[in-house]
Amino acid sequence: MTQCHALADDEINAVIHPLVALPGALLPILHALQDHFGHVPAQAVPLIARSLNLSRAEVHGVISYYPHFRDRPGGRHTLRLCRAEACQAVGAERLAAHATRRLGCDFHETTADRVFSLEPAFCLGQCAIGPALLIDDEIHGRVGPERFDALIDRLRGEK
Amino acid sequence: MTATIFVPRDSAALALGADAVAGRIILEANRRGIAVRVVRNGSRGLFWLEPMVEVATASGRVAFGPVTEADVAPLFDAGFPAQHRHALCLGRTDQLAFLKNQERLTFARIGLTDPLSLDDYQAHGGFQGLTLALQQAPAQLVDSVVRSGLRGRGGAAFPAGIKWRTVQGTEAAQKYVVCNADEGDSGTFSDRMVMEGDPFLLIEGMTIAGLAVGATQGYIYVRSEYPHAVQTLQLAIKLAAAAGWVGCDIKNSGRTFQLELRKAAGSYVCGEETALLESLEGRRGIVRAKPPLPALHGLFGKPTLINNVITLASVPFILAEGAGAYQSYGCGRSRGTLAFQLAGNIRQGGLVEKAFGVTLRRLLEDFGGGSLSGRPIRAVQVGGPLGAYLPESQFDTPLDYESFAAIGATVGHGGIVAFDDSVDMMRQARYAMEFCAIESCGKCTPCRIGSTRGVEVIDRIAAGDRAQHNIALLRDLCDVMVQGSLCAMGGMTANPVLSALNHFARDFSKETLS
Repeated sequence: MTQCHALADDEINAVIHPLVALPGALLPILHALQDHFGHVPAQAVPLIARSLNLSRAEVHGVISYYPHFRDRPGGRHTLRLCRAEACQAVGAERLAAHATRRLGCDFHETTADRVFSLEPAFCLGQCAIGPALLIDDEIHGRVGPERFDALIDRLRGEK
Repeated sequence: MTATIFVPRDSAALALGADAVAGRIILEANRRGIAVRVVRNGSRGLFWLEPMVEVATASGRVAFGPVTEADVAPLFDAGFPAQHRHALCLGRTDQLAFLKNQERLTFARIGLTDPLSLDDYQAHGGFQGLTLALQQAPAQLVDSVVRSGLRGRGGAAFPAGIKWRTVQGTEAAQKYVVCNADEGDSGTFSDRMVMEGDPFLLIEGMTIAGLAVGATQGYIYVRSEYPHAVQTLQLAIKLAAAAGWVGCDIKNSGRTFQLELRKAAGSYVCGEETALLESLEGRRGIVRAKPPLPALHGLFGKPTLINNVITLASVPFILAEGAGAYQSYGCGRSRGTLAFQLAGNIRQGGLVEKAFGVTLRRLLEDFGGGSLSGRPIRAVQVGGPLGAYLPESQFDTPLDYESFAAIGATVGHGGIVAFDDSVDMMRQARYAMEFCAIESCGKCTPCRIGSTRGVEVIDRIAAGDRAQHNIALLRDLCDVMVQGSLCAMGGMTANPVLSALNHFARDFSKETLS
């Protein structure tokens, strides 16, 4: 276990260190960690704090402030469903209700099989072709319940 | 002869299957032995026709749309790309009424070019503004922006030239230009279209800004919800730097302007300029009290010019064509054009760049073609989540900053979200408060607590609990938020709430709920 931690520390530091010299480095570091690990590991907090001469509380405060950062692993795919006005005008709330039913999890949660995490988005910039859905970095427009199911089924089928 | 075919790479086109269409076109062409060159252009902004495929002809481009992957083989069967007989053929792109009736100054090139081709960019007038700027004194550049009448396009509409002049006139060893690309308002996508469809335009505008105010470092703060914009802009910055248009010694002028993209992390309030600066510095996106103004004491405490994407992207035209050319569009104190974005329940949604002064009705009916559902448009929210809901009786208001202010509304970033008659306006008012509660940075009490109390009061009204009393309470609460909030987040949340109450009062009485 100790050895495992030591290895992980090295891996975390390898992500942090190239970015430390940037002015205002904290957000770029958090993005890099999340891109690498899928979340910002709790173990990274003291390492970032030391690198940037911040308190752990300050680092934690930033991680918890921004909805984009997650402090624990999510599902294999992140679904960001737009819940803002332009998508509401074309049925986003019906889709949101369908999605939570279909996935069996609520927003900010991960499905039991850990394939999907469901997050709300407040605008994906696809306001003329809503409802919009961002699956990881893949964007979809005019997503009704059927299209949603087809997309989910396709991703569930992948291993 | 090789046929040139355009399939957009704008994320709205991708969201509707453009990659699959492009792939299928190449496949079908190969199968049939037809030589084609597929260019992935930006979007023309006619989103109901996306993916809109275009073919270059001797008399201009011919459009087809919306094209699905399944349409591609039948298109080729009908003689595509040489012949234009298929039912999806829309005729000459530049003759489409939606495009023909616009005044595209800032968006002139979008959809025409490969966004990452410097050759395309220059062949269509790119870098003319910057080339001129390199020969002019900073004061002259600022003067052009002042004379153009350009006001901040992010929403606050502050005269851009005044901001530029303030930063220019402040002595400091280091100054910054920051581009606010945290386009969080629902109903808006014009920043995204520039970043994905004409990224060199933003780079050119920022570089001119750097030369004008004496800043050597720029940051573009782009929202994390825009992965395609981030990717395209990153590549564009690299290409522009390699070609000497940005970086050290720009085009052998001895002038320097470094540019870096920074990714936001999903906080709406970071679109407020001081919260954005906090975020760039690596902190929670908490709003700063003003003064001091960012122009004097901004990023890392240094004088900082902070402008929205469209503001900066308007500058190359102003330099290349002259302040007078830009200023000649518009009305009153709203000069130039605005990139209106038709969104929500609208049949023909997309980007409409028009001079200020066009009416909402013209945009909704002539450009938008009415609602997508076919039902009457009952309410329109203009200017994002903090903008007022307008009833049909106000659709003839000209879209300019002063006329909208006069009816208690805001033009904002130009987003126009249509709702049909199935909308429940009390629900929209509740959502406005809920959104404020979710996104409030928490620094000031009226916004942090007021928004949560607002949701509760509306829930009581919905439950029929002393409705008149609670409506009076809601108005009182809105007044506190307007008067007492530190920034527009809390201060403008009252706009959608009060406009819903004032124009759609019957949605707040219990009888209509059953």
